[in-house]
Amino acid sequence: MNVFADAVAWIFSPDRLTGALPLPEAIWTHLAFTFVAVLIAAAVAIPAGWAIGHTGRGREIAVALSGAARAVPSFGLVLLLVLVLGVTHKVAASVTAFVLLAIPPILAGAYAGVEAVERRVVDGARSVGMTGRQVLFKAEVPLGLPLLIGGLRSATLQVVATVTLAGYVGNWGLGFYIVQGIQIRDFSQILGAALLIVVLAVVLDALFAILQRVVVPRGVAAGRAPDDAPARRRRRLPDPTTA
Amino acid sequence: MTWVLDNLDLIGRLTVEHLRQCVLPIVLGFLVSIPAGWLAFRFRLTRGLVLTVVGLLYTIPSLALFALLPPLLGISFLSEVNLVVALTIYAVAIMTRFVADALASVDPTVRQAALAVGYGPWRRFWQVDLPLAGPVVLAGLRVTAVSTISLATVGILIGIDNLGYLFTNGYQRQIVAEILAGVVAVVLVALVVDLLLVLTGRALMPWSRKVRA
Amino acid sequence: MRTTRRTALVATAATAVLALGACSGSDPLDGGSASSDAIVVGSQAYYSNEIIAEIYAQALEAEGFTVERNFSIGQRDAYMPALEDGEVQLFPEYTGNLLQFFDPDATATSPEDVYAALQEALPDGLTVLDQSSATDQDSYNVTESFATENDLTSIADLADLDVPLTLGGPAELEQRPYGPQGLKDVYGVDVSFVATGDTTVQDLVAGTVNVANVFSADPRIQTENLVTLEDPEGLFLASNVVPLVNADLADEIADVINPVSAALTPEGLVALNVQSTEEQRSSADIAADWLAENGLA
Repeated sequence: MNVFADAVAWIFSPDRLTGALPLPEAIWTHLAFTFVAVLIAAAVAIPAGWAIGHTGRGREIAVALSGAARAVPSFGLVLLLVLVLGVTHKVAASVTAFVLLAIPPILAGAYAGVEAVERRVVDGARSVGMTGRQVLFKAEVPLGLPLLIGGLRSATLQVVATVTLAGYVGNWGLGFYIVQGIQIRDFSQILGAALLIVVLAVVLDALFAILQRVVVPRGVAAGRAPDDAPARRRRRLPDPTTA
Repeated sequence: MTWVLDNLDLIGRLTVEHLRQCVLPIVLGFLVSIPAGWLAFRFRLTRGLVLTVVGLLYTIPSLALFALLPPLLGISFLSEVNLVVALTIYAVAIMTRFVADALASVDPTVRQAALAVGYGPWRRFWQVDLPLAGPVVLAGLRVTAVSTISLATVGILIGIDNLGYLFTNGYQRQIVAEILAGVVAVVLVALVVDLLLVLTGRALMPWSRKVRA
Repeated sequence: MRTTRRTALVATAATAVLALGACSGSDPLDGGSASSDAIVVGSQAYYSNEIIAEIYAQALEAEGFTVERNFSIGQRDAYMPALEDGEVQLFPEYTGNLLQFFDPDATATSPEDVYAALQEALPDGLTVLDQSSATDQDSYNVTESFATENDLTSIADLADLDVPLTLGGPAELEQRPYGPQGLKDVYGVDVSFVATGDTTVQDLVAGTVNVANVFSADPRIQTENLVTLEDPEGLFLASNVVPLVNADLADEIADVINPVSAALTPEGLVALNVQSTEEQRSSADIAADWLAENGLA
């Protein structure tokens, strides 16, 4: 447990407020990279996911592209984009790589949410005279929100851990301390920075858990979860042997 | 492009290394996540515990985990065991939820029917629950395999040679083609392994073809 | 029909997995477990260091030794334990940085003094062979226009500047004795530090930093017209290329490696680096040609 005590001591040392990257700035930039990447990914993936879920078209392409995107190593992509875009665009290069990482779970959450809405509900909405647009925004989207938030939650957790790699190319994020710690073999520094990233992830996860509860329309329970949301929630099905 | 043609040997060697390093974590992750997922599915008490633990493991940045394992495990900094253990941890973290969800997706009436015709809990798990959960387990295994292969590249930062070498070496030498070759090779390896898993799944679970995993 | 097809698929998949498993047993490049008679040559995760390691390896192979390569293993702090354990037995090193690793308060600065101090400072079980005249040491560089504008030739000149100075270098430079703190203590120069990873030269040229830590054998000092600032106070130790070797092995391989060190010149090292970065040749090809040109293989 001594290692952990040293890591905590590292975090709270007054030295963390000075130097090339003071700790508060590292935390702030780490979060900023995460939020910007998830926001851009959401702006791309949510409309696309809704369109796929609503029309039922393009699902195969979306699944195939998501699968390929998931296979792209973020580390290689960050370095590749820095070389291609130039060193004055390191932030843009890093964020782009993280956007690609965040798109698949958000896209899956968006279309799975819309798809999971029962046929009867959609038919009912149409039968009261709603247009296609109204069906989407008044029935499918609100009912699919829990799954969409699940996708955003999953994307955010992946990105907040992966933003660490931005510390390899520049002076930002908690990854800076991990990269530096590896080179100077300072394990309390590596562990201290890693613990902070875990704490950030846990806090973000808790916020999304609350959000997921808040957005559930009254009288509606969460439906099917998207394929790859690691933080998905599903109501436990009754087990006959315990019932 | 010339760079790629001049270095096919290197790319080939690193690809084999890379695959070799990833096979064990994927298999181990699969094996560990079956009982872990079952624990998360079966008992209310263990569910919260298991899912919290795997959720936390998932958030540890890979670079930090790779670097912290040698002192924690007491092994050499250069040992490949570091990478294998770290990748196994992530594989378990991803896979366990899928297994728990897969088991939960089995129709309770089928389970009751098995109970009614006299299946004990052990036999029922292997012959009823697991086969029916198969398609979702396979979906989880595919996600696990692809992310393991992609994540392994970070191992180069702790000195484990694999396709990640092309990233750091290409970055230092400013050779775009080298990094791009590495990215493409990783994607291809991941897609080939994914395809193999799909084919294996179809062969082992012919009933799943109509069900979307 | 159906069953046959299924069996075939399972067989294919199983074969694939077995084939992969089989690779694991027979890979000669797998580091860590050296077979008894093979010499394990290591290198830093630095392309130039890898070329020198490859030269050592090929020179040894030409003399009939069996060599295992364990290249690209990070920085000194990461690989030194492996050298002390004998897991890696031969490694291209740099005298000054190596001395500073074992003795952070070292005062020697000239090549000869550093080499002598290094031999004293090395732990038991490790020794160095002859040092080469080739050097690759940390140095502080500015762009030609920045040097002209501000009339800079030495690090000491930076102290009089009104311009805010930003020093770029790898993240660990912040903690090194010659880093920002060293600049302040030795030269009274105040800089803010920015980690620029492996793109320090590009960052200097692009203007994100105005002082850059560049290795002296980097060809881009010439191609990008950088000005290396003189270091009259000896902030940096001389850092000649030197083979760090397991003491048990030193006598056996000295006759092979010492001629390599003798043939490697400062300009020669820059030329090797040019072949790697400009001509994009592999370290194995560069090493083979160099050994042939120098009549060493």
